[in-house]
Amino acid sequence: MKLITAILKPHKLEEVKIALQNLGVKGMTVSEASGFGRQKGHTEVYRGAEYTVDLIPKIRLEVLADDAEVKAIIDVIVKTAATGNIGDGKVWAIPIEQVVRVRTGEQGSEAI
Amino acid sequence: MDQMVINSGDTAWMLASTALVLLMTPGLAFFYGGMVRTKSVLNMMMMSMISIGVVSVLWVIYGFELAFGYKANSPWYGAISFSGLGGVVNDFTNNGGLYPIPVLVFAAFQLMFAIITPALISGAIADRAKFTSWAVFVAIWSTLVYFPVAHWVFAFGNKVGDTVTGTGYLAGKGLQDFAGGTAVHINAGAAGLALAIVLGKRVGWRKESMRPHSLPLVMLGSGLLWFGWFGFNAGSALAANGIAALAFMNTQVATAAALAGWLLVEKIRQGHPTSLGASSGAVAGLVAITPACAFVAPWAAVVIGLIAGILCSLATGLKYRFNLDDSLDVVGVHLVAGIWGSLAIGFFGASSVNSVGLDGLFYGGGTGLLAKQSIGVALVAAYSFIATLIIGYAIEKTIGFRVKRDVEVSGIDLNEHAETAYEMTSSSRGGSIL
Repeated sequence: MKLITAILKPHKLEEVKIALQNLGVKGMTVSEASGFGRQKGHTEVYRGAEYTVDLIPKIRLEVLADDAEVKAIIDVIVKTAATGNIGDGKVWAIPIEQVVRVRTGEQGSEAI
Repeated sequence: MDQMVINSGDTAWMLASTALVLLMTPGLAFFYGGMVRTKSVLNMMMMSMISIGVVSVLWVIYGFELAFGYKANSPWYGAISFSGLGGVVNDFTNNGGLYPIPVLVFAAFQLMFAIITPALISGAIADRAKFTSWAVFVAIWSTLVYFPVAHWVFAFGNKVGDTVTGTGYLAGKGLQDFAGGTAVHINAGAAGLALAIVLGKRVGWRKESMRPHSLPLVMLGSGLLWFGWFGFNAGSALAANGIAALAFMNTQVATAAALAGWLLVEKIRQGHPTSLGASSGAVAGLVAITPACAFVAPWAAVVIGLIAGILCSLATGLKYRFNLDDSLDVVGVHLVAGIWGSLAIGFFGASSVNSVGLDGLFYGGGTGLLAKQSIGVALVAAYSFIATLIIGYAIEKTIGFRVKRDVEVSGIDLNEHAETAYEMTSSSRGGSIL
């Protein structure tokens, strides 16, 4: 089992969510995040004073998946979230040791 | 006086104007509140609200008499009396002549000016003043600075027959300040400059981001200020007449021109016209036209407003040169636009639009009016600056004016008021009642 985490541009969330649902993904967790990568920040001007804003709002999307599905999910996220511009985000996967569904107590793949 | 009857039209307009001017202070609270960070928005708004609480009470007890009483027959103050307005309930307004409106309406109208003036100062010391010390400051400053200065500028004396007694110094000298360019805006601007010096810079100023946390609040505030300002300026006619109409129209067009002027500067200098610029430009225009609104023609109001917008948008950058944390540009907007508007009468003043007005330089009146205006500007600015420095340092040395560093860094709202403005996440909604 793997935990796939994707950092996305906020306006791409809806598209990515639908694409993952079409792929058969049963659940996800979404949170608001901020950060920077190669995009760095942007500049805002208030009454002539310039401010560099380096932590930019992003969406953090998390999906649990069986090993066999990981590649397909990552491919869909990358394909859907890409705009070709700097700041499109990142996707990574890490191994998961244990998953339990709270309501039923099911474990492992059954709980995904 | 017995043949005088109340004019219901004038009185109705003045009652409405009075309520309009009151609304400016909560409007100012939104205007300022939106410009500070989330951790200090409540404190910023409360600094305006407490002015309503403190000044209204002082005004009834002795403030109105100190500003507009005429018993002392002094150019510097009205009368020292603690009558609590009890003796004047049935009188008509007398300010350089009798007006067919109850004096209590005039007193209530002028109270709203006394409330907003100290509130304006608060923008210079955002995020860092002890709340109780601020309340004490408002009380002392109103007593020693606003009430007397209002007498100098706005008190045209008690006229009985042909005798006038107790005219204020600047009013007697012929200063033209229709609604408070000197008494309100230069006064507040110079005081803001002094307090910014007394309290010093905010922790992290120019090092960390102090971006406005809510520009929609700023725009809401500027809208309420603009709306209320029609009462401030047109109500200063003390009648529903042609002068009120002139002041009303000039208020509208000068403000519109200043809004456009500020945005024009931003577009040229930075490339982007901003919402903060539009709000700030509107306020700069409102300030600049305040003294001039009943003395100039509408085309001149457009010029005065446009120049105010351009001038103030450039002036707000100066605080970085002087290394002075006038946090919300009380100096750059109110002092600068107040001075410009007061002096502008010396150029654009036209006796053709107001029979009690004088001709300025551009109408063949020579430099006489400009000289009178300059004296008024200089006297009010100097007195306010020096008196505020003294009051500010006295408070700092006794009860302390500035909050502790930890309080400022962790957030003045939580520490001074035990509240936070926003629940930023759903997980912060928990908690239990002790």
